Amino acid sequence: MSESTNTESSRRDFLKAGALVAGVTLGPGVLFYGIAHSRAPEEGASSAKRWGMLIDTTKCGDGCNDCVTACNTENGLSGKTGPQDSQWIRKVDIKDLRSGFVQSLPMMCQHCENPPCVDVCPTGASMKRADGIVLVDRHICIGCRYCMMACPYKARSFVHEPLTDQNPEVPRGKGCVESCTFCVQRVDRDEQPACVEACNTKSHQAMIFGDLKDPESAVAKALKAYDSVEVRADMGLNTGVRYQGI
Amino acid sequence: MASIRTWMRLALLAGAAMIFAAPVLEASAGVDLPKIEKGKGEKCVEETQFMRRNHMELLKHHRDETMRKGIRTTKHSLKKCVECHASEKTGSVAASKDDFCASCHRYASVKLDCWDCHATKPMKKPIQVAQPSPRMDLAKESVK
Amino acid sequence: MATNEYCANKQECKTTQFWLLLGLGGLIVLSALYAFFTLEHHGHVLTGMNNQVVWGLPHVFAVLLIVAASGVLNIASIGSVFGKSVYKARAPLSGMLALAMLSGGLAVLVLDLGRPDRLIVAMTYYNFKSIFAWNMIFYNGFFAIVGLYLLTLMDRKMNAWSKPVGFVAFLWRLGLTTATGSIFGFIAARSGYNSALMAPMFIVMSFGYGLAVFMVVQSAMYYWNDQLLDVNVRRRMKNLLAVFVGASLYFTIVFHLTNLYFAKQWEYERFILLDGGIYTTTFWVGQIILGGIVPLILLFIPRSGGAGSGKTERICFCFLAPLLVVLGGLAQMYVTIIGGQAFPMPLFPGHEVSSTFYDGVVASYSPSKWEWMLGIGGVGIAFLLTVIAVRVFKFMPHDDFEELKMRRATD
Repeated sequence: MSESTNTESSRRDFLKAGALVAGVTLGPGVLFYGIAHSRAPEEGASSAKRWGMLIDTTKCGDGCNDCVTACNTENGLSGKTGPQDSQWIRKVDIKDLRSGFVQSLPMMCQHCENPPCVDVCPTGASMKRADGIVLVDRHICIGCRYCMMACPYKARSFVHEPLTDQNPEVPRGKGCVESCTFCVQRVDRDEQPACVEACNTKSHQAMIFGDLKDPESAVAKALKAYDSVEVRADMGLNTGVRYQGI
Repeated sequence: MASIRTWMRLALLAGAAMIFAAPVLEASAGVDLPKIEKGKGEKCVEETQFMRRNHMELLKHHRDETMRKGIRTTKHSLKKCVECHASEKTGSVAASKDDFCASCHRYASVKLDCWDCHATKPMKKPIQVAQPSPRMDLAKESVK
Repeated sequence: MATNEYCANKQECKTTQFWLLLGLGGLIVLSALYAFFTLEHHGHVLTGMNNQVVWGLPHVFAVLLIVAASGVLNIASIGSVFGKSVYKARAPLSGMLALAMLSGGLAVLVLDLGRPDRLIVAMTYYNFKSIFAWNMIFYNGFFAIVGLYLLTLMDRKMNAWSKPVGFVAFLWRLGLTTATGSIFGFIAARSGYNSALMAPMFIVMSFGYGLAVFMVVQSAMYYWNDQLLDVNVRRRMKNLLAVFVGASLYFTIVFHLTNLYFAKQWEYERFILLDGGIYTTTFWVGQIILGGIVPLILLFIPRSGGAGSGKTERICFCFLAPLLVVLGGLAQMYVTIIGGQAFPMPLFPGHEVSSTFYDGVVASYSPSKWEWMLGIGGVGIAFLLTVIAVRVFKFMPHDDFEELKMRRATD
C-alpha cells in the first residue's frame, strides 16, 4: 500500500518536474499558474510546502479588527471575548516601555516548525501536518489542556460549552482544544486564510500568506526583501508566522 | 503478515457476531425496525449492506486521512453523507429521532459523538470552486 | 450482626463509627461524581477555569494527591530498601496509602478532562515525546508495582521478594515524581515553570507531604484502637518530617533565589513574592509560614518540656504539625500551578501588552463549587479506600519492641 503511494508520488514529482521545465520555456505566467494549482484532492499535504505568513505591523491599523471578524465568520466562532470564549486570532496592542512607541498586530497560532503543543500532547492529537500547519485532531483530543499550558503565544482556546450549528467545514465542539488552522479548509482548495483575505480586501495589505519553501511565492519574496522577526525568538521554534516592523 | 491479521480479525468478528447475534435477533422480534429515510440521488457510494456494516470503518479511515494528511477526497467524507442523507423535514441527519443517523443508532443503541463537533446539516451554500477570493497566484502578482 | 462482625482488629470493631466514616467518605465521593456529571453535561463553563488559567483547583488537589502518594511510599522504601525495622513494620500501610492516594489524584485528573469519555484514547494513543504521556505510564506502572510490592509484604510466602520489589518500587516512585515535577519543569514558555529544579523539588516535597499524610493516618489508627504510638517511633518520625520540611524550604529558597538572579525572571518573582495578591499571600502565609515554619516550631519547641511523651506534644507531633505540612502542600500547589498560569506570559518583553484575550494582565481565577467538589472528592476517594482497606486487612503497624531496643543501642 505504502509502496504504491511512493511510486505514485515519485511519478507525480517527475511529472511536476516535467511541468516545471515546460513552464520555464512557456513563460512565467503559465509557470505561476502551474505551481499554484498544486493539489488534487487525493494527494494530501506535502512536505515540499510550508505554509507561512508575514505580517507587516506598520500597515496593521490600530483599532482595525477585520482579520478577527473574518476569522470568526469563517470558523463559526461567537466573537465573544469573555475569559472562557474561544479566540483564534486577536489584535494585540503593544507599547514600548522605554520609547512609548505604540503598535497593533494580529496574534494567532504561529504554526511553529517545532511546536511545543505537539511535543507535550499526551495522545498525539496536537499535530503538525506535512505542510507545516499545526492542528488539533479533535477525534483523539481528550481535553487535558496541557498544550495550552505549553504554547508561548496563548494561541489556543478550550471549548467550555456545548456548541451547535457549526460550519460544516470547521467541526468544533465542547471539551476539546482548538486554535487557528490557517483556514486549512480554504488552503486545501488554494484559497487564502480568511484573515488574509479580509486584510487584502480592505486593502490594508498587512498580511501575506503563502508557501515559504517556494522562492517564487509572494511571502518568500517579501521575507527576502524585508527584515522580519518571530515572536519569542528566544524559544527557537521557527514560527511559520513572522512579523515585520517590530 | 497481513493475512494473519485478516484471519485474526475475521475470527474476532465471528466471535463478536455469535455473541451479539442472539440478542439482536430476539430484539428484532419485539421492536420495530427503524424507518430510514431515503437519501438523495440514485444510490449510495457503496452497497447498502456494505455501508450498514462498514460505514464506521470508512468514516474513521477517512477522518484520519483528511485530518492528519489533508487528503480531501469526497467519496467517503462525512460531509457528503450529510449532504445526501439530511432529512427533508429537519434538514439534518440527527436533529430528530427519525433522522437518518439518529433513527438507526437509536435502534442499535450505539451512542455516537460525531455531532458534538460536526454539523448535522449540509453547507448552506455550496463552496464556489471558481475564484471568489484573491488567489495565491494573484497575491503574488500584487507584491511586485 | 454484632456477633459476627469482621474487622482486622477484633477487639476494637467500633462498627457504628466505621459505617459513619464510610458514609462520610461516600458522601464526599458522591458529591464529586455529581460535580463530574454536571460538568460533563454543561462543559467547563461552570468552572472558574478559563482560557488563561486552564488548570485549576482540581489539578491542585490531583497533583498534591499524586505527589503525596509517591511520597508516602517512602516509608516502605526506608524499611525495605534501607532496612530500618521501624519503617518495615509500616511498609504495608505505606503501600496501601500510596495506592489509595494515587487513585484519588488520578480520578480527579481524569474527571476534569474535557473529554473524559475518551479515557481509552489516552490509554491507547501515546506520544512518547510528551512528559504527560510518560506520567500515565508511570501511574499505571505504579499501581502494578506497588500492588505486587504489597503482595510480597503481606503474603508470607512471597516475603523474600519484598526487598527487590521494594527497590523497584522505590526507583519507580522517583521516576514518577520526576515526571510529575517535569510536567511543569518542561514548560519553557512560562516564567513560573521552566526549571530543572521542579523535578527534584517535587521529590523532596513529596517526602514531606507523604510522611505527613502517613503520620496523620497512623495516629488516627492508633487513636481508633486506643493505643499509644511508642514515643521513640514517634520521635523518629517527627525528626524525619522536620528534615523533609526543612529540605522543602531549602529548595523553595534556591528556586526563588535563582530566579532573582535572572533579570528576565524579576517580574515573576515580584509577582509571587511581593504584589501577586492571593498568590503572594498563599505563598508566604500558606506555603512558608503555615506549611514550613510553624510545623518546624511545633516539632521542636515542646521538646524543652521534658521526655516528650506529654499529651500536647503528642498532638503536635502526630496531628497538628503533619496536618499543617499537608495544608502547606495545598498552598504550594496552588501557588505553583495557578500562580504560574495567572502570571502573564512574556509575549513582547519590554513592552506593555494588551488585547481582548487578556494578554499582559494577571489572569483572574476563582474556583467554583464544582471544582471544590471535584478536588475534595479526590481526597474522599483516597479516604474511602483507606478506611475500607484498614478495616479488611491488617495494616496496623506491629512493632517488635525488643528488636527496637537492641537496634537503638547500635543506631
